[in-house]
Amino acid sequence: MRRHGATSTVGAPPGGARSSAGPALVHAAPPPSTLLVRGAHVLDPRAGLDGPADVLVRRGEIARIGAPGSLDAGGREEATEVVEGEGRHLLPAFVDPHVHLRTPGQEHKEDLETGTRAAAAGGFCAVLAMPNTAPILDAAPILGALLDAAAREARVPVGFLPAITVGQRGVALTEMAELRDAGAAGFTDDGLPVVSAGVLRRALRYQRLCGGVLALHEEDPSLSADGAMHEGPLSARLGVAGIPSVSESTMIARDCALAGYEEARIHLQHLSARESVEAVAAAKAHGVQVTCEASPHHLTLTDEAVASLDTRLKMNPPLRAESDRRALIEGLRDGTIDAIATDHAPHARDEKEVAFEQAPMGTTGLETAFAALYTELVVPGVLPLGLIVEKLSAAAQPFALPVPRIATGEAANLTLVDLDARWTVGEHGYESRSDNCAFAGRALLGRVLMTVAAGSVVYRERAFALSAA
Amino acid sequence: MRHLLSIGDLDRDDIERICARAEQFSEVSDREIKKVPALRGRTVLNLFYEASTRTRSSFELAAKRLSADVVNFAASGSSVEKGESLKDTVLTLAAHSPDAIVVRTPHAGSAALIAGWTSAAIVNAGDGKREHPTQALLDVFTLRQRLGALDGRCVWIVGDVAHSRVARSNILAFRAMGAHVTVCGPPTLIPRGIEAMGCDVRYDLDDLREADVVYALRMQRERMDQHLVPSLREYAARYQINGRRLGARQVLMHPGPVNRGVELSGEVVDSPQAVITAQVKAGVVVRMAVLYELLSGARAVEPVPLEPQLA
Repeated sequence: MRRHGATSTVGAPPGGARSSAGPALVHAAPPPSTLLVRGAHVLDPRAGLDGPADVLVRRGEIARIGAPGSLDAGGREEATEVVEGEGRHLLPAFVDPHVHLRTPGQEHKEDLETGTRAAAAGGFCAVLAMPNTAPILDAAPILGALLDAAAREARVPVGFLPAITVGQRGVALTEMAELRDAGAAGFTDDGLPVVSAGVLRRALRYQRLCGGVLALHEEDPSLSADGAMHEGPLSARLGVAGIPSVSESTMIARDCALAGYEEARIHLQHLSARESVEAVAAAKAHGVQVTCEASPHHLTLTDEAVASLDTRLKMNPPLRAESDRRALIEGLRDGTIDAIATDHAPHARDEKEVAFEQAPMGTTGLETAFAALYTELVVPGVLPLGLIVEKLSAAAQPFALPVPRIATGEAANLTLVDLDARWTVGEHGYESRSDNCAFAGRALLGRVLMTVAAGSVVYRERAFALSAA
Repeated sequence: MRHLLSIGDLDRDDIERICARAEQFSEVSDREIKKVPALRGRTVLNLFYEASTRTRSSFELAAKRLSADVVNFAASGSSVEKGESLKDTVLTLAAHSPDAIVVRTPHAGSAALIAGWTSAAIVNAGDGKREHPTQALLDVFTLRQRLGALDGRCVWIVGDVAHSRVARSNILAFRAMGAHVTVCGPPTLIPRGIEAMGCDVRYDLDDLREADVVYALRMQRERMDQHLVPSLREYAARYQINGRRLGARQVLMHPGPVNRGVELSGEVVDSPQAVITAQVKAGVVVRMAVLYELLSGARAVEPVPLEPQLA
């Protein structure tokens, strides 16, 4: 089984040949780095760390943590790279359970290499890719091929969530047990809801056999219809059909009820509305096994930004009202919302250079997630940095992925950031193949300087790499 | 003014200036030779992605009466049907260096999008359900001719507000001119949040008598297919402006084309209260004023060279 820290670069085992079920996380692992990060402010709420320290990475692991200046690079058999961390923050690397890598079939938007390069640049050490590709990831041979490709191309460990229903058509269940054996990290019809309650109920029951959390895109298409933005005063003024908040929250209430009845585990994707946060809180209070995520763009932007009809701000679910944004922030604070996920959704420029109503839904997000959250939520004092850091990797737990942790003996998954670095989104382009970023042109604070995933350095910010050389 | 994309970009002075200039052009339209050389040598391109005979010909007449050259580009029968993108179509047409592009598309914001792709002045002739600014300007012009200043006047816009770009532009324009606007229609055709535009919302015609102006919107038959109202019969029973509902002192407007027997009864269409043909007539002179404003670079209302072109 290929997990964090695996250094093998050979292809994933074919479906069925895996020794045990569980999520496969695969990448083209570089040789493990030997690295001493000296004097950085180490912040890991889960590990109880919040202060300057030296951190030594060796053989894929965090070998030692010591007081600043206490660790030295000499006296070892391998050459140790020393990274001056003073004035910088060293964080557990981030885990994103919701990205679109567009492979197979839509490589003009993104592929495994460019998407995971964007992830590395954003400080992520693991991502889970969505199945709404062409063909749709709904069978074990496709998963096997993707894992093989990821083992050759992916810069950071990547796992896959195959579809819940064949062709994402919402009718027949995929061969979920075989898919699990082949390494499925869970299941989702993301991009589309499972419209039929009966079909979802079958999938929830089948979870007893195959395990794996069901990640649900919650939307009642009879309510969202041909909507292209949040339903409210702005959609009324712009004459653009609205997507009402209740198109999300009613499905969440329904699916929480089903999950409670079947004692199944569900994870709700990209919450956008106040009503949805309330529905999840109620379900959790009733003991439903539900986790959920919110995106950096829903946490920092509102539909006011859509007034210009800039298609980079068109996504599903849509940016909603300030009261919704506030509710998401409160949900993050009180634990109703478990994790932050980007829903990184690249689209080619010509696909987005059309009228708003015609444009595809989605914004890229991997490269801006940390800086957007830090600038809009931490700097103004809305949420503490520690909470953001924790939520940026908290999705690992519901998907049974290793949780990044800065502690001796743990796999080295680290992100070094400079909180004082100011940059303008898109000024030097993107690692992603696409540039449909909702934050384009915004000045943000907080720059990822270096990412260590599964024990090796997978990203160095250009200026940082030059200064260190 | 560089483009005309939204009434929201205009203030009261802008609207009054355009109306004043349209007034000057009215005189031209009543002549035997209805042409002045004001925009001689300029090229106006009509780019229509939706079937439109009225608006397109109104713009065409307006441009021709100003002696501009006009090219009509209809989306059907063109490269658009071969899958060309809006941007590529616009870049191709822009290579002919038109001075103005009059554009209608089924999608909100298209006119503004096009304005970013070409140096031509863009006139929004309807972008989806969002706006139709020249319709609102000609409606204001028509009303001012009939009523004088609109300050304190009460305008009811009745019908399918949700799908109406005319309603949106007119709410903005009438309010800018000091009128009080009420929108009225079936609750399923009144968008949630429309009151944020500064209008009142009613779901019945009980207080229609308070209106100085009744502006009926076209009821599209396709709304029936979407089951947004139970039937045209019930719609007409509740919302049709007819002789019983329309007062003798009220002004009746409609953007056309009229569905007689649906939103309007035949008798009111032909009544003295109706200014529907005056609206059509105003359309040409207001569009002349808009094209003149955009292409001559003039801002103040100066005398326009109005001598007939003797060619």
